[in-house]
Amino acid sequence: MARRVFITGFGIISAIGNGVEENFKSLTEKRSGIGKVSLLETSLSNYPVGEIKADSETLAKMGGIELSTIDSRTFLIGLIAAKEAVQMSGCEEYLSSMGLVGSNTVGGMDLNDRYYRELISGNGTNKDKVISFDCADAGERIANHLGITHNITTISTACSSSANTIMNGTRMIKNGIADRMLVGGMDALSRFSINGFNSLEILSQTGCKPFDKNRDGITAGEGAAFLVLEAEDVVGSRKIYGEVSGYANRNEAFHATASSPDGEGAVQTMEKALASSHLQPSDIDYINAHGTGTLVNDISEGRALDKVFGENVPLFSSTKGYTGHTFAAAGAIEAVFSLLAINRGVVFPNIALNNKLEEMNANPTTELCEHPVRNVLSNSFGFGGSNTTLIFSKI
Amino acid sequence: MQAYINSTGIISPQQTYDGTFFATPIVNTESMILNAMEPVYKEIINPVLLRRMSHVIKMGLGASNLCLKAAEGIRPDAVVVGTGLACLYDLEKFLLSIDDYHEKMLSPIPFINSSHNTVSSQIAIMNKLTGYNITYCHRAISFESALMDSLMLIAENEADNVLAGGIDEFLHNYYAIFNLLSYWRKETISNLSLFEGSHAGSIPGEGAAFFLLGKEKNENTLAKLIDVQTFVTKCDVSYLNNEIDNLLKRNGLQRKDVDLFLLGRNGDNQHDGIYLDLEKRLPETSCVAYFKHLCGEYMTASSFATWVAANILKTQNIPDCLIKKAPAQSQIKRILIYNHYLEKEHGLILLEAK
Repeated sequence: MARRVFITGFGIISAIGNGVEENFKSLTEKRSGIGKVSLLETSLSNYPVGEIKADSETLAKMGGIELSTIDSRTFLIGLIAAKEAVQMSGCEEYLSSMGLVGSNTVGGMDLNDRYYRELISGNGTNKDKVISFDCADAGERIANHLGITHNITTISTACSSSANTIMNGTRMIKNGIADRMLVGGMDALSRFSINGFNSLEILSQTGCKPFDKNRDGITAGEGAAFLVLEAEDVVGSRKIYGEVSGYANRNEAFHATASSPDGEGAVQTMEKALASSHLQPSDIDYINAHGTGTLVNDISEGRALDKVFGENVPLFSSTKGYTGHTFAAAGAIEAVFSLLAINRGVVFPNIALNNKLEEMNANPTTELCEHPVRNVLSNSFGFGGSNTTLIFSKI
Repeated sequence: MQAYINSTGIISPQQTYDGTFFATPIVNTESMILNAMEPVYKEIINPVLLRRMSHVIKMGLGASNLCLKAAEGIRPDAVVVGTGLACLYDLEKFLLSIDDYHEKMLSPIPFINSSHNTVSSQIAIMNKLTGYNITYCHRAISFESALMDSLMLIAENEADNVLAGGIDEFLHNYYAIFNLLSYWRKETISNLSLFEGSHAGSIPGEGAAFFLLGKEKNENTLAKLIDVQTFVTKCDVSYLNNEIDNLLKRNGLQRKDVDLFLLGRNGDNQHDGIYLDLEKRLPETSCVAYFKHLCGEYMTASSFATWVAANILKTQNIPDCLIKKAPAQSQIKRILIYNHYLEKEHGLILLEAK
């Protein structure tokens, strides 16, 4: 399995900006996208969110399409990110032979929220919406727009979903099934997710504060990110932004929603990813943590970092203080941030952190550091104990 | 890439959960829904946990437990699940509760259970399987995606044994929603006359089929999984023919090397055309059979077909209940399954006798 897999393009839209440059600027200026809800209609408006301040019509324009009644917000933000990734890569001429692995947690939930009751009542007025209610819709329609027909699928493993698309796409190329894969995730804000996390009583009242002693939960965010992965033997002279050098997917087999307090599952996942990359813990220059800001995750992940890296935990931060938790999209969004760290030689600060977490020894970095970054480790953990760790390396 | 199917566990509208291959009389009903015939779950799933589980989770855990039991002690290194609609029951329960209770005091249980990876992660938790774990949700190619990943895991030496499955449940609201697309047969018929005449609409079904895929074969091996291919496009039969030929060619095969074409025809004349066109272009000696009159139409029906194919290859017998055309070969060495969903997502699965 010697075939190496490179990243030749990436695209992103999140609460901190449309496109790679806007996101980078917000990250370096420590500008959070978390704030009061303005577009989503919900009575839970007292909870801050990481919202993209553009309605569907604006999003459609940004994606270069006419808005149709079946376009879910999930699809629209996915399309915007996918198109940016393709453009950055310059792989347009190869689209017809590319594969696509998308991901989301609840499909076109913004449309479900409005039309589901009507659809199940047998009223056919909005029957065209039937097609956008499942998980596959957004990815499949992005593929249709781009002219992709083969090696298309959708992964849904809660908050580790898009990290798994990057791992799957990489393996498809390493196994010689495809030469090029467009992989990523998209999740739009919905009343479903906000109410879901509220029912679990893990929604932050004040905005998420990853790794802070006084953290009070997650902030729901929305966003999308896609990466173009290509086999080393087909990239030619096009620009390479990094390599997917390691990955691991493990199940904690502990609990349906919570991670184990000792972080054992996270330890095993990170160690396996390191082993697959043939790197030592000391080779990692930056860790983009899962860091959701829930009581349980941050202790569990923090202890796991202590265990894997001992007294020499590299610079690390969670960027969810900027974007909120973008669920299925989080892995791909944070992959983009990891690649920016590698290509621009910076480590992004963990914002909204005022009081150190007592349960872990290491401290997240809270200031922007200019620092050569060769290897980044990125964690994504999801419901059901679905843990995935990715490692990206400089070429 | 290849893997041996070393055990199966299946809950389907036929009596399959007992491990037999169509040994009991075939279900013949005019109920217009093919509901799964289920085992007594408390005998295979912890009754305390059972109370909180929706039907699809019970079917998934039930079938995976049957598969592991039949594997006689082999523990999988990975769990790979394909499910088109996953836990739609809990998803809609939570969705509807949002308005019913004005976004206040909602029960988190349906939200937790609505996560699409609930079955794959519950399998991990119940069996303490801490290895690779993933869920694919892409309509009619969800199960094919799961098989493709399983083949890769084995080829990569990441896993010696993979537990792979396809699951989808019947839900009244799913019926209502797809009824808007004229997906279901209006006239009352028996499932066994699904292919008689030319009519619009099919009969819905459901099921959970799990397979223990191994790197090595053993005395329980049913068949060998050789290759999987999917594509997503509205296409005609010549496009499909090309896909089939590519799949066969890369495995060093020709059409005449396939002894049985197991087709996902569902009796809906709006979308059956491509199956019929394909049949016309098959070699005269090829045998063709259908399976959806036995399991109904659902997004992972190809997992039922895979179970049928594996058993045919093992027993070297095509049961009469599979409606078939053209005589069967005396020896059945290879089976190709072709299935599509609304002519958009297409899946091909190639199996061989061990």
